[in-house]
Amino acid sequence: MSSNQSALPVIIVLTPLLISFVLPVLGWWRRAAVFPTALAALAVSFGASLAAAHRVSTHGPIRYYMGGWEPPWGIELHIDGLSALMLLLIGFVTVMVGVYSKRSVLREIPSREVPFYSVYLLLVGGLAGLVSTADMFNLYVFLEIVSLTSYALVSIGGGPAVVSAFRYVILGTVGAAFYLLSVAYLYSVTGTLNMADLATILPALYDSNAVLVGFAFFVIGMSIKMALFPMHAWLPGAYSNAPSAVSALIAGTTTKVAAYVLIRVMFFVFEPSFSIEQIPVTALLAWMGAIAMVLGSVMAIAQTNLKRMLAYSSVAQIGYIVLGVGLANTAGFTGSVLHLVNHAVMKGGLFLVAGAIVYQTGTRDIRQFARLSVTMPWTAAAFTTFAFAMIGIPPTGGFFSKLYLILGAIDAGQWVFVFVIVLSSVLALTYLMNVIRYMYFATPASPAPPADLRKPEPGQPLPASMLVPMLVTAVGIVLLGLFNGEIVARFIDPVIPASLVR
Amino acid sequence: MADLADLIGQFNNVTYVVLMMIGFYAMTGKRNLVKKLVGMNIFQWSIILFVVSLSAKRDATIPIVLEGDGGGALPALEAAQYVNPLPQVLMLTAIVVGVAITGVALALLLRIYKRYGTLEEDQLLERIRLTG
Repeated sequence: MSSNQSALPVIIVLTPLLISFVLPVLGWWRRAAVFPTALAALAVSFGASLAAAHRVSTHGPIRYYMGGWEPPWGIELHIDGLSALMLLLIGFVTVMVGVYSKRSVLREIPSREVPFYSVYLLLVGGLAGLVSTADMFNLYVFLEIVSLTSYALVSIGGGPAVVSAFRYVILGTVGAAFYLLSVAYLYSVTGTLNMADLATILPALYDSNAVLVGFAFFVIGMSIKMALFPMHAWLPGAYSNAPSAVSALIAGTTTKVAAYVLIRVMFFVFEPSFSIEQIPVTALLAWMGAIAMVLGSVMAIAQTNLKRMLAYSSVAQIGYIVLGVGLANTAGFTGSVLHLVNHAVMKGGLFLVAGAIVYQTGTRDIRQFARLSVTMPWTAAAFTTFAFAMIGIPPTGGFFSKLYLILGAIDAGQWVFVFVIVLSSVLALTYLMNVIRYMYFATPASPAPPADLRKPEPGQPLPASMLVPMLVTAVGIVLLGLFNGEIVARFIDPVIPASLVR
Repeated sequence: MADLADLIGQFNNVTYVVLMMIGFYAMTGKRNLVKKLVGMNIFQWSIILFVVSLSAKRDATIPIVLEGDGGGALPALEAAQYVNPLPQVLMLTAIVVGVAITGVALALLLRIYKRYGTLEEDQLLERIRLTG
């Protein structure tokens, strides 16, 4: 076995995980040191992700055997192109939100920054572990670390956020429990938990009822975790009531890693032919994705609360990712992964913008955004960039991932999905242009009634620590579009399963 | 013997599904948040029970080798004589995760009660609408 062993995966996962336990002690000793330490840990993890991504693209997948135990007995960390791309995404989003969060946390949840950053790092460690592990049960543990920290972060906002967090706990636990059950079924017939080992043993057992049941539970569990349409009930409340920085963080990461797990297990642990021919899961997923795309967008149009609108828009965008998975051909797969990355960046960015607007004006109501283009020109410009990416206007990233999805739908001969992708984009245009219209062209009707949110000090410009991450993310989504060919060639093409239909 | 084994095999399946449905009913049908949490717990534990039951084996013992002569080769081992310890170890981790989730959920309930003074869903939604 030509193994490309490296300790990089361990650095990526363990740095945030260990520092998160140091932070409470540090906060007790010197409070001011907490934020720089947390940011340093995030930067180290991101740097190691960059190094790992470079190594993956030049030398092929990286593997690391935890404790020196070789698979299938030990736990293996395995970074291939897909994992490397996810690690880069997680690193980028978490560093950006980390920088941004300093001022917004001080305003929204004062005097709670020590637990906030401690849980934040725990979440990042969980995310990084989730995408780099090659062990099914280890994945469950990381999944629950991610879920637990998300519950805590959502609830930190207080008031209605706690109720949303409780709903999230109930549904999230059901999703994770289904995943655990599927792992149990697969283990009961194969006797292994290692993904590569499972992939070699499973094809002989595709007719087994235990495998079928396990796979079904897996798909349902992950659909709940990533808020696929009929199972999205937890998402709008959790996203819109959480503190701004948390919304951006979990919108950019938690549902995306669930989608990653779906792709990983459907196409890499099982063979693509299993979910296409044995049980028609892909066809079902494609239709559910299509329904999510339309209904999520329609519900987004009906919202006047910006954060709620963005949350429903997330439901629609998850539909795109799932549709790409459901098309089950190379173009669909590429579009799905690319859209996963693009959406994480642009939706994270949009929530950063929403947070900045709340920070400056104290309102989330779209109808009171008049003259924002004058008072907050850069924020409005960033919003417009992200909105263009969401709609899919070149050269932003959103255009290319939707292009791949449309190509995938054409390859599959499913013209109805081409229509749905275009329709959903037009609906996205409707709700995002509405916001842009208020920002740029509306005149303030009457003096804005004081919002129920904390009133900001007037006359202060937006802090640079909030503005810069927003603009960097906006540049990032354009770069993702310009260099999409590079990303596809380096990270996605090498991992496309050979048996996936063209 | 085979019939008995089949019966046992079905017994654990039936038990876990029944428990799971009880939990599911409590989560969806009950309006009290504490009852929902209890339902969630039953749901989780049903799966844990099921996985532990997977490793159960008749006439088998714990996977510790009793007869060794200290220095020489170990006696030949019959896998059938020993219980697979892995599902139990995995479930130990799952139990810890479950306890953590219950802890977080109870903390959330405490905060909800302090803020709104109720854990009944209908009243809670009413009060959220009034006070935000």
